[in-house]
Parts: sequence; structure tokens; C-alpha cells
Amino acid sequence: MANVISDETIEYVGILAKLALSDEEKEQAKKDMADMLDYIDQLGELDTEGVEPMSHIFDTCNVFREDVVTNGDDSENMLKNAPEEKDGMYLVPRTF
Amino acid sequence: MNDILKLTAVELSTKIKAGELTAVDAVEAVFAQIAEKEEDLHCYVTLDKEGALAQAKEVQERIEKGELTGPLAGVPVAIKDNMCTEGMLTTCSSKILGNFIPTYSSEAVLNLQKAGAVVIGKTNMDEFAMGSTTETSAYGATKNPWNTEHVPGGSSGGSAAAVAADECFFALGSDTGGSIRQPASYCGVVGMKPTYGTVSRYGLIAYGSSLDQIGPLAKDVTDCATILEAIASYDEKDSTSQKREDTDFTKALVNDVKGMRIGIPKDYFSEGLDPEVKEKVLAAANLLKEKGAIIEEFDLALVKYAIPTYYTIADAEASSNLERFDGVKYGYRTESAEELHAMYKQTRSEGFGAEVKRRIMLGSFVLSSGYYDAYYLKALKVKALIKKAFDEAFAKYDMILGPVAPTTAPKLGQSLSDPIKMYLGDIYTISVNLAGLPGISVPCGTDAQGLPIGLQLIGDCFAEKKLIQAAYTYEQARGKFGREDA
Repeated sequence: MANVISDETIEYVGILAKLALSDEEKEQAKKDMADMLDYIDQLGELDTEGVEPMSHIFDTCNVFREDVVTNGDDSENMLKNAPEEKDGMYLVPRTF
Repeated sequence: MNDILKLTAVELSTKIKAGELTAVDAVEAVFAQIAEKEEDLHCYVTLDKEGALAQAKEVQERIEKGELTGPLAGVPVAIKDNMCTEGMLTTCSSKILGNFIPTYSSEAVLNLQKAGAVVIGKTNMDEFAMGSTTETSAYGATKNPWNTEHVPGGSSGGSAAAVAADECFFALGSDTGGSIRQPASYCGVVGMKPTYGTVSRYGLIAYGSSLDQIGPLAKDVTDCATILEAIASYDEKDSTSQKREDTDFTKALVNDVKGMRIGIPKDYFSEGLDPEVKEKVLAAANLLKEKGAIIEEFDLALVKYAIPTYYTIADAEASSNLERFDGVKYGYRTESAEELHAMYKQTRSEGFGAEVKRRIMLGSFVLSSGYYDAYYLKALKVKALIKKAFDEAFAKYDMILGPVAPTTAPKLGQSLSDPIKMYLGDIYTISVNLAGLPGISVPCGTDAQGLPIGLQLIGDCFAEKKLIQAAYTYEQARGKFGREDA
């Protein structure tokens, strides 16, 4: 069945993906996403009843280490990459 | 000068250690070649001649003192621009990281530097490794050195083209769905994606974390094995890093395939495969057979489901991994927003290109409440089935043989308008990433246009040595491969 992406869905996806889309981009995104979902829907042909979802190919579970600091304080260098900084902190526009 | 460029990485280092050349000579030779070729090819985003010469001088001194004795000492290397390099611009070929200078280097790069390799620059790629042609780069397309009207492949297209054009002696790439093997195939060089977890992903800017692996792009199989041996390491900083005892990959450079069982999946040679690619890949299989390998056709299940499974999982992971680019801590920030939330959205909208946005949106959708089970979880279940199909294949065969890509390199400007069609080109490479397997691409001929064709060998997890041995044997039997004009 052909998927149709509604205006509401693309608005919602824009919020989740934190993207501000132009009207033109929204129309393109609706088409691209519908095409892709039609394609992905092929997976519905496969019976996956009782199949365990595989997120990791090895049996590795959580890998723990001691919570000990091993690196030095590099904050000064790191802040050099910040678009804006003030008093050793990241500066952002007003939050509300 | 030109004679230096024809050497492989291992040959170059041997000559440097023998005192016939210096590491500085090698850097000079590479930059002379870059000066001649780079304008046409655009393999690099960033070049650092001054830094490279300084490194080369230091390396040369350490070689002379006998401190550096390894097979890559003194060899100039190019690094794909999604691996962090301390103090050197690292853009992921994206506008959003256009001014990002990492404060640390990725583990793979550090391993190379410990081995005495000299980093000369950062190679162009598809933006955030999302693409198959290197045309989604925010910094312009790379051209194929075999024919500049064609793409080099992607996403590690700059790395593959730089090796093919002698603009470096070897390069690192990353492979999430074929991004080392496919450009290696298109550019006529050797490329290898190791078993997931073999090379640390620390400092590799993540696209699909469960699929990403760093690997070599090289002039021949010997270089490829040597580089992989240098970069493979267990790393506590990467929680998916595997402890391996068998990373002495150069031990597998043995000219012998007698009795090796090689399976050819029928589905890899059916509809959609270019007849010339088919002919050359099957001829390569035949050569291995003449050398004593046992070649057999078989049915590998689920081949057509790999692409939809991959794009669901990769895009989901990308949507999560790329959340960090928000204009706060590094990279580009919009100038137009007055409050925080608008700043995030504007920054990302202005900073990401079309293909990246497309994948982030699809990924956000398949992970969203109400669709998670139907899409993301379903894809993870199919991934389990695909892994099982490979397990069954490797119970019968030492390796799987097939093409790398259905065609040779397409012309520039022909791929991006139809994303699904572009994704279909990944059919033979992406299931390898889903199952975490190693795969190698070795040149096996050219088509009527003179463009290279790649042979792919796929092994079970941790079976790199079998692949290297078979690839090496094939390479010896095949003989010299390269551009006539080079």
C-alpha cells in the first residue's frame, strides 16, 4: 500500500529532527519519506514472529570501567570551538 | 620524483629505512603530485604541507635512531575527514562542522602515528558519510582519477581517489554500508572493512554506530593487511571494541588457496548486475578455482531485504547521533535566531545538506512513538535473520565471493536525484555491515569504458586472514593492475 505522509506528520518529524523546513522542503520530504516507507514496507513480507531483535551482533552487554578520570582538563581548548563562550561556559541565546 | 610515487607504502618504508630515501622526500613527492592533480580531482578538504614536513622530519630522525622500525614508518597517509585529528580541521564534509578543530585524535590515527606514518591531510567524503558518490559533500565533488567525468564512489571517495591518483600512499576510510569497498572498486584500489569492533571507533564522528568501521584504502593487498595490522587495537574508549589476539594480519599474505571453499550467491549475479561486471568477477572466481579453490554456487537468503533493513537502522542511528550538532559546543551556529530552540532548528537547517536532512527525518520517524515497532524493531528482527543466513553460509564456505557494486562508477550528476535508485547500488555491500562481517574489495579488471571493476570477498566475523590470503593469491595470479597513463 502506498504511504501518504500528512502535513501533520511532517510537522511532527520536523520537531523530532529539530529542523526548520521551508514549504518546498516539506513537500519534497513528504514525497521522499513516502517513497522510502513504501520501499521499507517490503520487510512486511517476512515472518519475524518470535525473532529476537538484534541490536548488537556480538553477545557484548554493558561494558563497564572504573569511574576514574584519566584525561586532563582540556576545557580551555574545547571552548575554542564554541560559537560563543563566556567565563569558561558555553553561551547560548535566551532560552524562553 | 615519479618513481617514488609508484612505490607501495611498504616498499616506500623499506627504502626509507634502508637510507635510499627520506620521509621528507616522500612528503615532497606527494605534495608535488597534489599540486599537479588536485585541481582536477579535489580529493582533499584540508591539506597540511607544513605540518606534514615537520612530522616527516621528526619521523626521519626516529628512523635513523632506530626507534621506528615498522613497515609504515615514514609513509604519507590521508585521513577521511570524519576522523578527528588534533589541531587539524575535521569537517565531515559538512557546513555544520566547517570550523571544527578537534582537541584530540581518533585512536586509528594515533595508531598510525605511533607506527610512524605521516598525516598529510583530510579527504573529501559524502556529508557525514551519507552517500555513494562523494557528491553530497558541502565542499564540492571529488572526481574519479580514471575518468574525471565520473564519480569516485563514496562515501570515502576522496580517500579512494587520493590513493588511485598517487596523492598519498594509503588512506583511511570508514565503511557503514560499503563506503570503503565501493569507492575502492570504482577507483581501482584495494579497500577493506574489518569485522565490527576490530578498529576503535573512538574519534570517528558517528553515522550508524552499530555499522561503522574504519579500514584501509591501499595500493595492494600487502599494504592493506599491513595497515589493518597497525590500526587494529582493543580500546577501552570504544565500548564495542573487541579483544582480538589474531591481528597479525600480514601473516596471512600467503599465495595459496588450495582447498578453500568459496561460495557464490546466485542472487548476487542476477537482475541488475552489469554484464561486464559479472563477466570480470566470474573470471576472477575462475582464476581462484585454477589456483585450487573450490567454487560453488548457493542460495544466500534475504538479499533484497538488506537495503530496506539497512536504511531503517542506519537512519535511526543517524538521527540520534547527529542530535549533537546544535550550534552550542562546536561548529556552525546560525546568526538569525534570537531564542535557543529556534537557534537549534535554524543552525541544523542551514548546516546540514539535503541527504543528511532526508536521513535524519526518516530516522526520527521510524523511531517515533507509534512507528517504532513497525519499522525500527522490525528491521532489527530482519537483521537477525540476515545474520543467520550468513551464519549458515559460513558453515559451508570459508568465504563468499561477489561483485562490490552492480555497475562501474556512474557519471557525475546522475545519482542524487533518485535516492532509492542510488541506495540500490549498495545491494552487495550493506548486508556485510548489518552482520558485522569483514569484506575486501580488490580490482579485477575494467569495463569497455576503461573504468575499474572490483571483486568482493566476504568472510565470517574475525576471518580477515582468510580474506587477505585469498585476495593476495588472486592479486598474484592477476598480475599488475593500474592506469596505463599513470
